[in-house]
Amino acid sequence: MKTIVQKINNLTIGFQSQKGEQISILKNISTSINQGETVGIVGESGSGKSTLALAMMGYVKHGLFTISGECMFHSNNLLEMKNKELENIRGRKIAMIPQNAGQSLTPNLKIGYQIDEALRLHTDLNQAERDGKISELLNKVRLPSPETMAQRYPHELSGGQQQRVAVAMALAGSPELLLLDEPTTGLDVTTQAHVLELLNLIAKDTGTSMVYVSHDLGAIAQVSDRVIVMYSGEIVLDGPVRSILKNPIHPYTYGLLKSIPKLSLPGLPNSMSGSQPQPGSIKKGCSFYERCEFADDDCKVNSPSLDFIEDLNTSVRCFKHNELLNLNKLDSHNVKSIENRILKNEILDLSNVSISYAKQKFLDQLLNKINDTNPTVKDINININKGETLALVGESGSGKSTILKSIAGLLKTKDGNIKFEKNKTLSNDLKQRDPSFLRAIQLIFQNPDESLNPNHTVEEIVSQPLRLYFGLKGKELKDKIIEVLDKVRLGEFYLTRYPRQLSGGEKQRVAVARAFAAKPDIILCDEVTSALDVSVQAAVLNLLQELKEDFGTTYIFVSHDLAVVRAISDRVAVLYQGRLCEIGPSNYVYKFPSHPYTEVLLGAVLEPNPDIKPKLVAEDIVEEKPPENGCSFQGRCPRILGDICKNEVPPWQTVENGNSIRCHIKIEDLKNQQITN
Amino acid sequence: MFFLVIKRILLGLITLFIVSLITFAGVEVLPGDACTTYLERQAFGEALEACYQRLGLNVPAYERYISWAWGVLQGDFGYSLSGEMKINEVLGPKVKNSLVLASASILIGIPIALLLGIITALWRDRLPDIIISTVTIFSMTIPEFISATLLILIVAIWLEWLPGIVIVPTDASIYELLPNIILPVIAISMIMTAHMARMVRSSVIQVMASDYVQMAILKGVPYWKMVFRHVLPNALLPAINVVALTIAWLLGGVVVTEVVFNYPGLGRLVIESISNRDLPVVQALAIILASIYVGINLIADLTTLMLNPRLKSLQIKK
Repeated sequence: MKTIVQKINNLTIGFQSQKGEQISILKNISTSINQGETVGIVGESGSGKSTLALAMMGYVKHGLFTISGECMFHSNNLLEMKNKELENIRGRKIAMIPQNAGQSLTPNLKIGYQIDEALRLHTDLNQAERDGKISELLNKVRLPSPETMAQRYPHELSGGQQQRVAVAMALAGSPELLLLDEPTTGLDVTTQAHVLELLNLIAKDTGTSMVYVSHDLGAIAQVSDRVIVMYSGEIVLDGPVRSILKNPIHPYTYGLLKSIPKLSLPGLPNSMSGSQPQPGSIKKGCSFYERCEFADDDCKVNSPSLDFIEDLNTSVRCFKHNELLNLNKLDSHNVKSIENRILKNEILDLSNVSISYAKQKFLDQLLNKINDTNPTVKDINININKGETLALVGESGSGKSTILKSIAGLLKTKDGNIKFEKNKTLSNDLKQRDPSFLRAIQLIFQNPDESLNPNHTVEEIVSQPLRLYFGLKGKELKDKIIEVLDKVRLGEFYLTRYPRQLSGGEKQRVAVARAFAAKPDIILCDEVTSALDVSVQAAVLNLLQELKEDFGTTYIFVSHDLAVVRAISDRVAVLYQGRLCEIGPSNYVYKFPSHPYTEVLLGAVLEPNPDIKPKLVAEDIVEEKPPENGCSFQGRCPRILGDICKNEVPPWQTVENGNSIRCHIKIEDLKNQQITN
Repeated sequence: MFFLVIKRILLGLITLFIVSLITFAGVEVLPGDACTTYLERQAFGEALEACYQRLGLNVPAYERYISWAWGVLQGDFGYSLSGEMKINEVLGPKVKNSLVLASASILIGIPIALLLGIITALWRDRLPDIIISTVTIFSMTIPEFISATLLILIVAIWLEWLPGIVIVPTDASIYELLPNIILPVIAISMIMTAHMARMVRSSVIQVMASDYVQMAILKGVPYWKMVFRHVLPNALLPAINVVALTIAWLLGGVVVTEVVFNYPGLGRLVIESISNRDLPVVQALAIILASIYVGINLIADLTTLMLNPRLKSLQIKK
């Protein structure tokens, strides 16, 4: 019998609505965490997973309160303890690693002080011993030169380093239970893979129990022994990681897994309709009823309970779980492969484009000159054919969004030019661009909350391009708006709604409608699905693909999510520090990544499958600026040749399948090295 | 860092130059001048000419401005037109009196404001917050001249505790001034304190809701330690600039309050010299008030820069 570290009984947490109703955010949660076990809690935004994690530390956010139930840590109910008593448990027995380490470290205190604070509170060590311990902890989380690191302020570290500091701080009190709230969200793929590896090591080393909260099934798959799936404040599935991710017996988990794009399965994933209900809106029946493809009338009236199924060692909240059990496993025919009609005529041509963010001296500003020997983006040469989807991928700082902004005219280029339809040069200055070019190139932004004017109705938002480019008025305008909204599957009743009345997916649809209303030739998509939940992301991707097939639009698709790019793109360009590394057809690049950076990047992608482990080839050091000379990837390259990489810019080489790479190493040698590893 | 200070000082000087130009132009475009005001109905013919001659008003405006500005750079504000006295002598004691009043209000107001702001934030939505917040919002909405009059009515006339009007010579010592400034100080600092307390409250509440404070709680940091190490340094930093603005804004309040209490400071002088078209005095006052304004903001900016590790390292990098 395993020792139980924490046991949660019938926990319900909620808030008082303005009408005085009690609305639950967590409903009747019961589960337990065993010693040495890593439990993944997975769910989309609003599922209550973070509230649950905080409750496990006896912390309930301002405005929320415990309606019923208890959180038992050994024999104490954390939710009834006084603050004084909790101070002795928090950080010492149970520690938290927060979602956004950058914002969770106090800005005015040095790293060393913040770790020291935890040590002073939770250990009996003296000053000298504590100093030694700080270095030891920073070493443990693999931060370089601990002594100087301790003297730094949080803002002087990179995102990955901040996250490591947070881990070190949590380990300071040698806790029995470690709660991790989305610890890798917002980190670059390679950094994320390294942090997860570190957490796995720590779990093995210290035998600490971990609760890992995340929306990312890929990360959950890598670290957890057991997975809890939450939906609308309830546990819907709870069982061993393999059975849950490989043979999910709850329709929500089933749909969720199908909607995640995977590297191993090219093509667009199936989408799940609808979105999670608002807290308090479900009065009776199963909370997943609206979106469930297996539901019948029984599900509408009766709420299923969480039943334990002996054979699978799994608890499930669904009447129909037997049906799902017999269903075919998650396989390839759930994926729709894309086929774009790519015409061989060039629609956009970037030649030798360089872009600089450097602040210009007064004289240069006057002369309208840009002086920068080492610009953020340099020597970009890309041709884009009509009807194609070209993806730009890379980690943060790779210049992918910068290039999009330049194409849209929002940012001036330093050198080079951008040509539209072969011979029409797009002016550097947005004001001098021909209005027809402005119409031809539309932009969809990452976050629809920020890109839609909150004071405009959907009708006003979509009418803007129609009035501006086509001069439509009155009934004609209204008919056109309805037609455009229909294309993105939004009914007429959305016309009078404001963005705040829409869900995340609906907002992004409105943004898509606004872009398509201009009848553009090219749409620039800047991380369009990053702010969306997985189930909604698949729907937006499918929508974009359908519209493209209807209108023959060309997409330039920027994303940090390599699996999403795999699903939607024909061709992919890999960027590092504003320089191109590799460009070629997605199929080949993903199957045979040739450039060392592409190899590193693809190796670090996490699949929602516990049996596929990421390959960590290079260190995840962050470089603030591209190197002055030589290859952009020299600082992290696992296959670096020597001085030639530091001094000479690598030449383009063509690989047999139509992709080209920029590397000094001969392509045959690269292939051999990859095989021997 | 050094260059930044120089840059800020230069910008401040440019501001002062523009202020002097605007006040000069402003007084210039008003109908009438010092001589017409002074001579009243006799303001015509030879008497007027003689007056112009005597006061130097027959010279073109830009020449007058240049010679005046040259004097100011050497620390000489010239002669007052109406009283024909050296402005430095007229202003000196009055500036001192007003500064006594303003600094007393600031020294009392700021600590009280900080204390009230922090208390209301930490006890947010509970009884101490509700009471203090109601009082502060109330006192924020009453203008100084009304609160000053009410104070005179209640404290001086009904209760007869303190003098209602200040009757001391302009060159009175600080010791003589002290009992007289209690009521004016209360009247001036009421709005300022209330204003600042609200700012501090919202700043502290914002920091209390931040991820790093939640983290500190979850790390097991005791409450008061968390407040002093994690909350206050971060919450009070942005408050510094607000405090500077409030102080500058207090100068206006001083002018009004001084008139109500008949206090021998700058306030009365401002109003008198404007109605007398006493251009050199108005200009001198404008320059002095603007210098204080610019100076306080400069000090606030530099303090923020010194205290905020983020800004400090940004500067060093540059």
